[in-house]
Amino acid sequence: MSAFYRSRLAGLVVSAFVVAMMLVVSTAVHAKTKLTMYYPVAVGGPLTKIVDGMVADFMAKNPDIEVDAIYAGNYNDARIKALAALKSGQPAQLSVMFSIDLYELIEQDAIVAFDDIIQTDEERAWLKSFYPTLMENGVTGGKTWGIPFQRSTIVMYYNKDAFKAAGLDPEKAPATWDELIETGKKLTKGDGSQWGLMIPSTGYPYWMFGALTMQNDQVLMNSDGNETNFGAPATVEALQFWKDLGGKHKVMPQGTIEWGTLRQNFLEGKTAIMWHSTGNLTAVKKKASFDFGVAMLPANKRRGTPTGGGNFYIFKQTSPEERTAAMKLVKFMTSPEQSAKWSMQTGYMGISQAAYDTQELMEYVKGFPYAAVARDQLQFATAELATYQTGRIRKALDDAIQAALTGAKSPEDALGEAQSTADRLLKSYR
Amino acid sequence: MTGTRLTSRDFADYLEIVAAWVLAILWISPLLYAIWAAFHSSHHAINFELLSPLTLDNFREAMSQAPFLRYGLNTFILVSMLLTAQLIVCTLAAYAFARFDFRGSEIAFALVLVQLMITPEILIVENYGTLAKLGFVDTITGIGLPYMASAFGIFLLRQTFKSTPKELEEAARLEGCGLFGILFRVYIPLARPTYLAYGLVSISHHWNNFLWPLVITNSVETRPLTVGLGVFGAPESGVDWSIISAATLLSVAPLLIAFLLFQRQFVQSFMYAGIK
Amino acid sequence: MSRANMRHVYGWLLLMPAAILLVAFTHYPTIATIIDSFFSKGNPVRPSRFIGLDNYRLMTDDPIFWKVLANNMWFAIGTIPTSIALAIAMALMVNKALPGRSLVRMAYFTPTILPMIAVANIWLFFYTPDIGLIDQVAGLFGFSGHNWLGDPDTVLPAIIIMTIWKEAGFFMIFYLAALQQIPPELAEAARLEGASRWYYFRRVLFPLLMPTTLFVLINAVLNSFKLVDHLFVLTKGGPDNASNLLLYYIFESAFSYFDTTYAATLTVVLLGLLAFMALAQFFVLDRRVHYR
Repeated sequence: MSAFYRSRLAGLVVSAFVVAMMLVVSTAVHAKTKLTMYYPVAVGGPLTKIVDGMVADFMAKNPDIEVDAIYAGNYNDARIKALAALKSGQPAQLSVMFSIDLYELIEQDAIVAFDDIIQTDEERAWLKSFYPTLMENGVTGGKTWGIPFQRSTIVMYYNKDAFKAAGLDPEKAPATWDELIETGKKLTKGDGSQWGLMIPSTGYPYWMFGALTMQNDQVLMNSDGNETNFGAPATVEALQFWKDLGGKHKVMPQGTIEWGTLRQNFLEGKTAIMWHSTGNLTAVKKKASFDFGVAMLPANKRRGTPTGGGNFYIFKQTSPEERTAAMKLVKFMTSPEQSAKWSMQTGYMGISQAAYDTQELMEYVKGFPYAAVARDQLQFATAELATYQTGRIRKALDDAIQAALTGAKSPEDALGEAQSTADRLLKSYR
Repeated sequence: MTGTRLTSRDFADYLEIVAAWVLAILWISPLLYAIWAAFHSSHHAINFELLSPLTLDNFREAMSQAPFLRYGLNTFILVSMLLTAQLIVCTLAAYAFARFDFRGSEIAFALVLVQLMITPEILIVENYGTLAKLGFVDTITGIGLPYMASAFGIFLLRQTFKSTPKELEEAARLEGCGLFGILFRVYIPLARPTYLAYGLVSISHHWNNFLWPLVITNSVETRPLTVGLGVFGAPESGVDWSIISAATLLSVAPLLIAFLLFQRQFVQSFMYAGIK
Repeated sequence: MSRANMRHVYGWLLLMPAAILLVAFTHYPTIATIIDSFFSKGNPVRPSRFIGLDNYRLMTDDPIFWKVLANNMWFAIGTIPTSIALAIAMALMVNKALPGRSLVRMAYFTPTILPMIAVANIWLFFYTPDIGLIDQVAGLFGFSGHNWLGDPDTVLPAIIIMTIWKEAGFFMIFYLAALQQIPPELAEAARLEGASRWYYFRRVLFPLLMPTTLFVLINAVLNSFKLVDHLFVLTKGGPDNASNLLLYYIFESAFSYFDTTYAATLTVVLLGLLAFMALAQFFVLDRRVHYR
């Protein structure tokens, strides 16, 4: 009756099922290896079609492998569905999930480290071929658990026409917090028809906040994922700044700003600047009826942004054949050619230098330099907020941010409470 | 005196008619707006340019971005399978309660009624565990299972069966009908309005159900329309208003059209189910 | 076996399919929920163990729990009386000879057959700041935009209004059914007596509609606890839990944080509330309704 016995029972059922499946697989000698993978989408545009296309290309090249790629919703949904499938005995073999799901997945004993799968020197070199900053969220305890795929940083999109109309230099985006306020004030129209700036605070508020704190030279957590710095003075200062953008400087609407509708707000000219995932780049490029620019986020003490997005994980509950096939798929999807293609079609960044060295992406960047902003910003980037008990801790921080932005609590109180929640949740992991 | 009162009454009547229509227009306008938006580009929809050109692009986009036909098929399978199972299970149980004065029937009936309060939505966590053990996660059967024994259906049919004259049963028995013969020849035919009412209520409820299907389904092959729409329109994905409107319309269209065609039956069924 | 005894056998046999399903998906999970609430969250490394009332202590210390409970209450208070009042008004209007009556009735009833998730999609756009329909219309009259779903003071009212829109037409149906049972002579008599409309409604019609009101009330209260679909689209419970509801929090706890035992604890509270309402219905309201 207790969850313990239930999980034991489920475990028995599952292992019986797995054994049965393996018997079936081994008797059918030439059977195709079947892979199921879940993947999330968190920005606009027909991303599912692009993934499906890449998977189809893979299957055409590897006729012995069949891949069922399932779009599961947002990052949360993807994790929920992949783990649920695991528990229900119809597991996926690999999935693209939030890079920050790492600790939760390890704690659930759901995934296997890539170090334990790779065999050849070539594969070891492959593991080192990605941008190191992108690996930060995928490595813990000396092992690599996640391979970067749809990765992003936050960039600043701005409306050049609006800049010109306000008498600003459209080629010069604000580079510091002070400039941001100053520019914002010039861009904000008193009648509310155009705001200077919007930073989204629903969906993934902690992510945007990771940028602001980094710019204030403060990281949100340690690399073991068991300490957070929510209450640190620099963190509080960053939140105060965010709040002041709306309250004191009046360059941004007060209250929370919706992640999902923000792009549309930008495209409709309701805000002259927006901070958003680089994953929106291609969609903005296609839909913008005005001249727009993309820039790195501004600096206070330094520049900064968290990386974001999804990594490939391979599940523990897989046969050797499935692991080999899954590795093939991961290698294909993260190869320079595919990564370059993916980057051009979405705006997500290429995940390795080799991707940017491909002919296609080089030419694309030459014609559209903004495609490289996210990559160039990597040198200032840090890992995204990831800890044990990620879901709860992220919610605590999200709630604190929203409470401060809506004026329900002072930034100091809100973050103090979030920190004590985090301390309570993480105590047993230290 | 009487005359003036009459005119004031007339005036009140007119006022009421106007109020009724104003409210009706107010009430239907969100849906009309969504329909209008679905046929215009999102830029026009946002700026509310009433006379901007019509387009079918949004539907094309929505269909190409998500398999709404498949979702629709899933919903159709779910609703018809579930209704069939409900009718069988509930008919048998209602027959037992209405005509077999068996030991413990009162307690059993009370236990059935518990489900009127504690509906399956509330027990998603435990029911998920149960279905995982049974291997029904991510199956259409799994979506339907917790709803197959419907307390509401049992209650409704029991009331109807109870009001069927005993003499008809006696007559059928004399003609040599057995237990099931009586059920099929006497009770079920006479309960036709109840079946229609329950059927329509059940269909519209399960066509629209979201939370439990969201929890229990993982893949395109099982997701009903509501879940497909929820996954598609999640604000995280960067809302394109007109495409979402088109997708929303695609999802509600079958039921909405059925409702408009059979409005009278729908309304009367809901009424009928409510009176019982 | 005698025929009289066979009756018991047949009765139970006929009931069997329903009984098995109900036990499996209503009674067993109810009891299992209560038991699970006394166990700790387990994972493959640390198995779940008995911890007595710890989950309940955790819950009473959890500000989000109190917040969602209060929200649920405000949601109920905000939606139910208004929906019922509107439903009665709609039913009275549609019950009369009205030009285009079936069109009017259709307009009132249509929101009912839309899925909540679709309704939320439609309304999301009304509420979106600046580019949403409400702000655009307000803008025409010179009001500046408001962040309806992003402001903790307006998010719950915004959701309440949407829910009223969705539900009033549904409740109208039951009143319409009840009104059709009331003999028209009653209204005629009242008219001849010179009773005002309001007097007739308050002293005659409303008491006659009392059983319907009770029925609707119970349905409405139940719905206010079960209905969380819109949160998935509109707010995810935010900002800062200002629109979070108990069932959504249960979903989050179980499926986002994998804390099934805490979710069970929260579910026990929900079950308790429902049980309380069932009892209230049987012992208090039932008597007051049937005084006629």
